[in-house]
Amino acid sequence: MDQRIRCFLTAVACLLAAGASAQTLRIGLAEDPDVLDPTLARSFVGRIVFASLCDKLFDIDDKLNIVPQLASGYEWSADNKALTIKLRQGVTFHDGEKMDAAAVKYSLERHKTMAGSNRRGELAPLASVDVVDPATVRLNLSAPFSPLLAQLADRAGMIVSPKAAEAAGDKFGAKPVCAGPFRFVERVAQDRIVLERYANYWDKDAVHFDRVVFLPIPDPTVRLANLRSGQLDFVERLAASDVPQVKSDARFKLTKITEIGYQGITINVGKSDLAQKNPLGRDPRVREALELALDRDGIVQVAMDGEADPGNQWVAPSNAFYAKSSPIPRRNVERAKALLKEAGVANPSFTLMTATTGDAQRIAQVVQAMAREAGFDVKIQSTEFATSLDMADKGQFEAYVLAWSGRADPDGNIFSFDACKQPLNYAGYCKPEVDDLLKRSRTTLDLAERRKLYADIAAIVLKDRPIVYLYHRHWLWAYTGKLDGVQAIPDGLVRVKGARFK
Amino acid sequence: MGTYLIRRIAQIVPTLLFVSILIFGLQQLLPGDPAKVLAGEEQDPAVIAHLRETMHLDEPFPIRYLYWLRGVLHGDLGESLRMQQPVRALIADKLPVTIELACIAIVIALAIGIPAGVISAVRRGTGWDYGANVVALWGLSTPNFWLGIMLILLFSVTLGWLPASGYVSPREDWRANLAAMIMPAFVLGNAIAAVLMRHTRSAMLQVLSSDYVRTARAKGVKERDVVLKHALRNALIPIITLGALEFGTLLSGAVLTEQVFTIPGFGKLIVDAVFNRDYAVVQGVVLFTATAYILLNLIADVAYAIVNPRIRVH
Repeated sequence: MDQRIRCFLTAVACLLAAGASAQTLRIGLAEDPDVLDPTLARSFVGRIVFASLCDKLFDIDDKLNIVPQLASGYEWSADNKALTIKLRQGVTFHDGEKMDAAAVKYSLERHKTMAGSNRRGELAPLASVDVVDPATVRLNLSAPFSPLLAQLADRAGMIVSPKAAEAAGDKFGAKPVCAGPFRFVERVAQDRIVLERYANYWDKDAVHFDRVVFLPIPDPTVRLANLRSGQLDFVERLAASDVPQVKSDARFKLTKITEIGYQGITINVGKSDLAQKNPLGRDPRVREALELALDRDGIVQVAMDGEADPGNQWVAPSNAFYAKSSPIPRRNVERAKALLKEAGVANPSFTLMTATTGDAQRIAQVVQAMAREAGFDVKIQSTEFATSLDMADKGQFEAYVLAWSGRADPDGNIFSFDACKQPLNYAGYCKPEVDDLLKRSRTTLDLAERRKLYADIAAIVLKDRPIVYLYHRHWLWAYTGKLDGVQAIPDGLVRVKGARFK
Repeated sequence: MGTYLIRRIAQIVPTLLFVSILIFGLQQLLPGDPAKVLAGEEQDPAVIAHLRETMHLDEPFPIRYLYWLRGVLHGDLGESLRMQQPVRALIADKLPVTIELACIAIVIALAIGIPAGVISAVRRGTGWDYGANVVALWGLSTPNFWLGIMLILLFSVTLGWLPASGYVSPREDWRANLAAMIMPAFVLGNAIAAVLMRHTRSAMLQVLSSDYVRTARAKGVKERDVVLKHALRNALIPIITLGALEFGTLLSGAVLTEQVFTIPGFGKLIVDAVFNRDYAVVQGVVLFTATAYILLNLIADVAYAIVNPRIRVH
């Protein structure tokens, strides 16, 4: 009897709870996003909010294919220097204004010219935008640029309401007006961001929530506690060590996605004089020995509790652009020792700089232990992130554990890192033939040809080792079992559209 | 009295000026380039250059200081580059949250600390005394963040009585506000309760062995009245001073607790600003805090002067 009453009460409680919160989805974020202006925004976590707030010309699917979003189709010109985009009809911004070719032209030009724009570099080859007719725009490029569609599938492709943007100027981020499934309601800094359903959204049948509330909760334990106590419906970036706990609890679901970014060790091979003073930066054989001393599976097990895919390139082995001709090298301590002997440094010593985050420090410790077996003496230098970034940029390091959140097009994972004098080239790597291949990979649209070029790049770069790639993390999402229709897209951005409570 | 007040206020001006130089100068000693941190993942050189210009980073130190000082004198503490909000608005938003947290914490600390101190003094050497001491020692030695997480696991996850983290304004819903504040306030108050308990205990022991207490007992006053009316009143004087001092530390001590419970208060504001090298916020918040301390000191000094005329002469 008692049992039955309890069952009944539980059922009633569940129904009440479901009824009360059916319309709101509460998402726990790992950080507080920066400014919510697509042109100025610079954080990964901000892109999660944008995924519900601002639609883009294109999006990517779970296989990283480019699919139209605000666009309905596109066509490249014969010389690949002009991209004509057909726009979806009947789309309006959250302020009721029409989303048309003029708005697209305005937004792209805003990305290109606004002071402090973070999109300018992404759209560098874009020379001008023509309004062909209200539903068609033509993007004229200074040179063919194959990653353009992928750029337009991210913040550079977000279209904002020209009227609202003109009125707000550089304060647009305080009240962004876009054409996404949800419109901006309020933001309390460091506390919450509230969005509500936009009634005239072009794809409104796919939107099943009235409100989305984003709550930044930096501590992963507290974030999970909020999910377990029912204050949140969804948490992103679950700690790998908490996966067994979530799996064993029938109330929750878990989604794992292999990221499009990577974790690796950047080696100073030419950023400053330090490179020549240290055998690791000076001699490729020493770097090869370091890589051979490492067991990537072991690193993934210890540093990430197994929640990552081992990898040796800027894209994961499952990616279409992974160069199969350069597979993951197996650990070989004997060969590593022989290489060190050949290089004339049996016991090379170097300092490995890491940020103070948990996984970076664990990687450093495992690398230290593994490399010691081959004869390396690794000193770990834990440095607060802002400081480490500055030191990396000034070349005041020998090796640096540094992750990259990744971009849909492989170009976004390698060009700025390996082309001469690029902003993210902390290694100081510069080789004319690699530069040439990288530039060619940007100008051809042919998939097979691009793959071939990336294989050629891999053959050179993976021998020079400005970066020793280690693994590709899993995006770990935990959410209530009531939630259905969660799309697992490798960029790690939560898409509320399509998701619903059972 | 008038000249005293003018003299004291005149002293504040150079003090504040010195403090402002100190704040600005110390900030420059922080390693790392704020423009690079704020530029985000892409590290676009054009963005970095723009940020450097906005923040006057390429100008020499004294010029930058004057830029900032000019703003401050016009009541403009600058703008957070990361959040794109005026620092003044951020302070006005976050300060009440932390003050509320500190007030509840101090009430909890007093409610636990003083009775525990009295009991352990009166029942000296008994199980009560040892028990209270063990609890106090535990309170002192437990790290805030650990206790916070344990409380969340117990009261939110297991029992489901309280929200795990976050903040609701009392104007929106005072019950939800209290529910959100009680755990962090307890974590903060707990450590202070231990300090208060130890001090109450020793003050009470001292007072209980004094002559007037013996006289009171000899008169046949009830033991309850001896303790509460005669002894505790006198023992409370140093405790109140201590409590007031601890209140100041609470405001700064809230930093860690606010992080764990994700309370959008003053502590969280400054920690996030330091890590993101959001200079304007750090400078504004520290200047505000320093000014508040100096003004409170002034009020205390003036109060002393009113009470004690000798101070006015010196």
